[in-house]
Amino acid sequence: MEIIKFLITPFVALLTAPLLFGIINKTKAFFAGRKGAPVLQLYFDLYRLFHKSSVISKTTSGIFKFAPVIVFGSTLAASAMIPFISTLTCFHFTADFILLFYLLGMARFFLILSAMDTGSAFEGMGASREAFFSALTEPIVFVSILTILHSNHSTSLFAVFTLCGDKNWIIILLASLPLFVAMLTENARIPFDDPNTHLELTMIHEVMILDNSGVDLALFEYASSLKLWIFNLLIVKIIMPFNNLGTLTEIITTLLFMFIICIVIGITESVMARSRLIKIPQLLYSAAVIAGLGFFLSISNVIKW
Amino acid sequence: MINTLLIYISITVIIGILSILLFRNKRFHYISASLLSLSSFITLVYSLYHYSSINHLDILSKPFSWSFPFGEFTVGLDALSLFFMIPLLILVVACSLYGAQYFRDHHPGILHWFNYAMLISGMAMVLCARNGILFIVAWEIMSFASFLLVITDSEKESVRRAGWIYFITAHIGTAFLLVTFLMLAAPVHSFEFSAFANGHYSPLQSNLIFVFALIAFGMKAGFIPFHIWLPLAHPAAPSHVSAVMSGIMIKMGIYGILRSILFIGSYQAWWGMLFIIMGSISGILGVLFAIGQHDIKRLLAYHSVENIGIIVSGIGVGILGVVYHYPVIAALGFAGALLHVLNHSLFKALLFLGAGAVIRQTGTGRIDALGGLIKKMPWTAYLFLIAAVAISGLPFLNGFISEMFIYGGAITGTVGDSGTLFSAMNAIVVISFAAIGGLAVACFTKVFGIVFLGTGRDKTLNSIKEVPGFMTSGMIFLGIFIVFIGMCSFAIVPFLTSPVTQLTGNDTTTIMEPIILISKNLTILLGISLGIILLVMIVRFLLLKRHVVYNAETWGCGYTKPDESMQYTASSFAEPITDTFKTVLDMHKDEKFSNKILPGEKWSFKSHVNDWILNNICIAFIKHADKFLGLFRWIQCGKAGVYVLYIVATLLALIIWMFFIWK
Repeated sequence: MEIIKFLITPFVALLTAPLLFGIINKTKAFFAGRKGAPVLQLYFDLYRLFHKSSVISKTTSGIFKFAPVIVFGSTLAASAMIPFISTLTCFHFTADFILLFYLLGMARFFLILSAMDTGSAFEGMGASREAFFSALTEPIVFVSILTILHSNHSTSLFAVFTLCGDKNWIIILLASLPLFVAMLTENARIPFDDPNTHLELTMIHEVMILDNSGVDLALFEYASSLKLWIFNLLIVKIIMPFNNLGTLTEIITTLLFMFIICIVIGITESVMARSRLIKIPQLLYSAAVIAGLGFFLSISNVIKW
Repeated sequence: MINTLLIYISITVIIGILSILLFRNKRFHYISASLLSLSSFITLVYSLYHYSSINHLDILSKPFSWSFPFGEFTVGLDALSLFFMIPLLILVVACSLYGAQYFRDHHPGILHWFNYAMLISGMAMVLCARNGILFIVAWEIMSFASFLLVITDSEKESVRRAGWIYFITAHIGTAFLLVTFLMLAAPVHSFEFSAFANGHYSPLQSNLIFVFALIAFGMKAGFIPFHIWLPLAHPAAPSHVSAVMSGIMIKMGIYGILRSILFIGSYQAWWGMLFIIMGSISGILGVLFAIGQHDIKRLLAYHSVENIGIIVSGIGVGILGVVYHYPVIAALGFAGALLHVLNHSLFKALLFLGAGAVIRQTGTGRIDALGGLIKKMPWTAYLFLIAAVAISGLPFLNGFISEMFIYGGAITGTVGDSGTLFSAMNAIVVISFAAIGGLAVACFTKVFGIVFLGTGRDKTLNSIKEVPGFMTSGMIFLGIFIVFIGMCSFAIVPFLTSPVTQLTGNDTTTIMEPIILISKNLTILLGISLGIILLVMIVRFLLLKRHVVYNAETWGCGYTKPDESMQYTASSFAEPITDTFKTVLDMHKDEKFSNKILPGEKWSFKSHVNDWILNNICIAFIKHADKFLGLFRWIQCGKAGVYVLYIVATLLALIIWMFFIWK
């Protein structure tokens, strides 16, 4: 029974994750004065790709075939860790969020290996950048989560989501802003990476999957939409002001909040340009400073109300 | 139990002596190595079977009445030493098997297997010793045997230098060790461990003992700044020796630190904080230094520094938990640290064995000269991959479990209500682990990606073959433990119970409850996750079954003749990271670019990271020490007559002291 309850979240994630990209792209199209692709475009793409065969580089080895499976599987498993609505919280324990992020780390490890398996300079470059940026992002995410945990005096992140006490909004803001920046980095969004560019030299995520086609490409695309879904839900769960609603209302509010965050991402991408690669660490450092500030405000108990 | 281990130690020494007699035999390596492996395997099975009968009380001590100037030698076992015995035995089984076929064209010398057996028996004796003198003797045997093993290829200049630096650092450590034991022994008038444990030391004494023990054992454990010998000695030694040294010998330093804090008894908060700060610095700097290395074994050596940092951080969390009366945090910290000792020995040994297999087959350990080996050496490659994922602390393998325990302790400490300092200290552990995790992923994707994936960067790599069966079976043996601990963490918690209760000084087994809870949840969740991955694999297989999968060249923007020199290299892969952290890394770039429109010669880019702690701090320290100590050099003039005079003068002074002052 527990396990069935546990598997509802990844099921919801599978159903709704591609929708998020649709909303982001629609927002961007609106800002650019275009009509834009349909909101369900990624579903059509995935359907088409899943029914295609693959072309595989001669240079590659078994890693290249395993990697899409492990990347997609770990990301899907990671999405199962985070309860979609509070009644679905079943496995929560000390340091549970570590498992979530380390499963994503597992996905990243194999994504990077798959890129390097092709022996292409482009993909090696993307792999190197991915490894670098995610190494910088992970501590920032953890500081933000520690802030949330400390302000709620809980050792389990997913238990926090079921609480409905008073929220300290300064702490919430200081913790969720770095998480938002981390979401943009980890999901290869502007200003860190441009998901639409066709110039390989500037890309990070897209360049790593240049050689994947058909089912493998579909698995990677699906996995990246799941990853965005996970980060999105995490932020929503942290900022959502009320948890003690009925199940149906909670589902609707959660989805609504997720869509709002997607619109915010779309707006961010529309008003900003992609920043230069050497500037990216500086952007991340400023996010780290905000996260650190939130954490120290929290542990020094300066703000209390 | 202790009898079995004493028999094991004697058998190991006998096999060592036997190997000298077998020198002329064609099967010199096979016989010596497989005998060592077999005896260790039997002892391992026996120890695991009887593990539960050991509790943390040192009831298995056995005095040996040898007529010896310092009285009796006591040997014994308790939970802590038995826990360290397990990785030792596992590693000896695997590394001896591997070593049987490691030497191909050159002979390591008549004493190789004797030294190896002495190293093993020395380490086992260190764990069994219950007397300070016996401990120091065993410690010296271990250090000296490993020194002889490091200089196996002593015809190379670099090996001699590595051996020399190792020899010096090991003996600085021993000097501090002697002082530590003298300070422990002085107030209680005995070198017996039981006397140390019951002794009462004043705060000043205990802090002094702590500092000296930290330096003495830190030299062996190799956390920063005592790590200087590691990146030199590990690449110099034959690979199965590096695996034993990096896997378990440096853990003897951790054992020594834990043993000494148990002697002193009442833990102090600043120890925990020092451990956390040193652990974090070692962890982060270790992995950053590692990313800049382009020699595979040197890189792995720096990762040992990193993992020792993780272990030390865990001990720090445990000590803080004890001091601040949080048994949950203490148990999680110590359990994580101990489990990481076991885990690190498994995956680091496997990595060294894998690296050794590559070096044996290709003749080089330079990462940038290799490539595409996964097609030539599939067993080595996939086993190396398992270890690489494990050392990055990623799920499904053992490194994740121990890091998870320490994370658990540190997070509980962060959210606790014991003041800002306590929270901040624990938060340092969490944040540094996050940074270490991310950087380790970068480092091991670099190693695995450049060495095993892509195409070979050298034409000679086309005729490479897989290593022979003894070597792969040694590696498989380690791989099995890595996967088992990773997936069935619930099953290994009982092994941690008694050493953790011993270290926390808490007799009730209820402190293990948070650990059981975490491992139970992890076992279930990792099982489900693996199920999901398998399901995806089946779906992919079914989807592709209807189609023909085509092969083509790697996409090169339309360029159809890609060659191996177009691939990314280790230097270029690491460049963003080493460049960002150049303030803490002593990085050197070697760029050859020409400004002509049509470049005549090949452009090249190389980067390497030097160890500024060795080159700047340690060497400078030694130079200054040399200058100062040179003032006293006239004492050692080298003339026999003068030395006789010294002896006479000393005797005279003693006689005067005896008759006039002592009375």
